[in-house]
Amino acid sequence: MNPGSPDPKKRYGLTIETHGLTKKFGHQVAVDGVDLAVPPGSVFGFLGPNGSGKTTTIRMLLGLASASSGTVNLLGMEMPGRFHEVLPRVGALVEGPAFYPFLSGAANLHRLDAATRHTVPATRGARVERALDQVGLAHAANKRVHAYSLGMKQRLGIANALLSHRDLLVLDEPTNGLDPQGTREVRHLVRSLAHNGTTVFVSSHLLAEVDQMCTHAAVMSNGKLVAQGSLADLRRTGSARVRLLTPDGGQARTVLAGLGLDCGAGDAQAGGETLLAALAPASGAPSTRTDASQQAGSGEILAEDIVARLVAAGVRVRGFAVERESLEDRFVALTGEGFDVAQ
Amino acid sequence: MPSSIPADIPGSARTQKVAVPRWSGLSLMQSELKVLFGRRRTWALLLALAAIPILIAVAVRLSSGVPSGRGPAFLDRITQNGLFVAFTAMLVSVPLFLPLTVGVVAGDTIAGEANMGTLRYLLVAPAGRVRLLLVKYAAALAFCIVAPLTVALAGAAIGAALFPVGPVTLLSGDVIQPPEAAVRMLLIAAYMAVSLAGLSAIGLFLSTLTVVPVGAMAATVVVSVVSQIADQLPQLEWLHPWLFSHYWLGFGDMLRQPVLWDSFASNALLQAGYIAVFGASAYARFTTKDVLS
Ligand SMILES: Nc1ncnc2c1ncn2[C@@H]1O[C@H](COP(=O)(O)OP(=O)(O)OP(=O)(O)O)[C@@H](O)[C@H]1O
Ligand SMILES: [Mg+2]
Repeated sequence: MNPGSPDPKKRYGLTIETHGLTKKFGHQVAVDGVDLAVPPGSVFGFLGPNGSGKTTTIRMLLGLASASSGTVNLLGMEMPGRFHEVLPRVGALVEGPAFYPFLSGAANLHRLDAATRHTVPATRGARVERALDQVGLAHAANKRVHAYSLGMKQRLGIANALLSHRDLLVLDEPTNGLDPQGTREVRHLVRSLAHNGTTVFVSSHLLAEVDQMCTHAAVMSNGKLVAQGSLADLRRTGSARVRLLTPDGGQARTVLAGLGLDCGAGDAQAGGETLLAALAPASGAPSTRTDASQQAGSGEILAEDIVARLVAAGVRVRGFAVERESLEDRFVALTGEGFDVAQ
Repeated sequence: MPSSIPADIPGSARTQKVAVPRWSGLSLMQSELKVLFGRRRTWALLLALAAIPILIAVAVRLSSGVPSGRGPAFLDRITQNGLFVAFTAMLVSVPLFLPLTVGVVAGDTIAGEANMGTLRYLLVAPAGRVRLLLVKYAAALAFCIVAPLTVALAGAAIGAALFPVGPVTLLSGDVIQPPEAAVRMLLIAAYMAVSLAGLSAIGLFLSTLTVVPVGAMAATVVVSVVSQIADQLPQLEWLHPWLFSHYWLGFGDMLRQPVLWDSFASNALLQAGYIAVFGASAYARFTTKDVLS
């Protein structure tokens, strides 16, 4: 397929669309009213700490588990009702790879490819070979899977997702257990697939990974979707702050307060005092649910205006910077700092 | 939106609209048979079954002859005619050995895939839940055909190797030649395959209830033992005709001239009933089950 040309099949709006998707296990609500919106052609990172409901959501997307309530649309069709039209166009890795240990890697792929009526047997051998090649397993194709290492199994799992042409790939923690080389290859693979028009939905708890390969992301916390949008939007939502180094702390505080900026206790050091003050988020607030407090700033204040005011008031400015909250700060702010899993 | 997972509807109007052409409806069946009969465990089960007639034949050969009327039926005739090794071994394997191997295979069908995690990949392939269930049951039936045949063939082979082979005297007193005796042997194997079909359906259903295959296997074997015990208790006589093991030992009718088909027919009908009930239960369970393994 040409990367530029529109795919005639893509008459649907969103590749993945859920409304109020909920899954209860007994009394526990593992997934709670999730509204996902994954645009076609995106590489969509699905972030969340352990136990936040990523895999459970993916199981419902693919029709493995039924939703307690809510709807799922994949490729413009309702799931799980139209699974036999949807799933042949979806490649998936769910909660780690799983294979017949007593079969070889290639035999496993043959088996899973033969499981559906929608693949062409005549091309099976060639497709298996190509998929194994894509993940660097060509030399281990005839080895039994029980003799595979963790990373080799993971690669075979990805190869299975790549067996046919897919419009959507759902990959649950695809780089789990891979060496740095493998991780880089997966990133590269995901990018090249996206370039060829495949939408990739990839779950992870590694922020750096999402940062490096995704165009969009959503953040799960405790079963709830707490943020969603393009990566640029998510970064912008994070509050910015000014960092000011000055020997005239008291005066600076007064000026900043006059601008509606609140700064906490200063940090005394050589050359003066470092003051930190939160800025209001920039314009064009994206469609994310954020804490009200972050939007409570007093309109837009430009950095140069702050400096001009400070200087006009006679504050000696020795250092000044506008800092954006990193994606990681944002992730922690959204999902909580604690190490314990939520439930 | 339906909160349960609907069944695969082959040939429905919707399926016709699928952009991807439908190929190879049988490829999953082929693959299933290849996996089942290609794996070592299945071979071990069949070898264990083949060991039964071998053990019998060797024991008889080494001993100084079996006094008439002792041991399993036919045992005393082996020294005169090696074909009776096969008949004896088939008779001996009915109560425990065949149900044991069938329990292993049928109990493993769904639970084994769930346990390995391959079930979720088969389902997202997508195999279709109903199609997968049918293929799994068909493969279990294939094993039910192969298992008694293994006993029969191993028995005939070892019998012919260690003893003379000659005309066989039937239970009705008539005498048939070895080629016809071979046909009767196949008839008995077919009778046993039918006998095991109901147990396979029970195993398939139990297999949809758990992700621990050993649990489903053990439960299936226990069910077969309980059914046979219940069949022995005179207090439960009203229940006897409804027990799936009730006609298991009725294959002697295949050794009459002419063949008596009554017990074959009753057995087939009873097994069909079990297939219907437990097949439907397996369907109801598996098509609505959350695959979380
Ligand atoms: N089969 C199950 N029965 C009961 N509760 C379950 C089951 N599977 C998952 N849960 C619960 O659902 C919640 C979400 O689990 P899930 O596997 O979706 O998390 P996750 O985001 O994929 O985590 P991880 O990053 O560790 O893979 C957890 O609290 C878990 O305990
Ligand atoms: Mg998970």
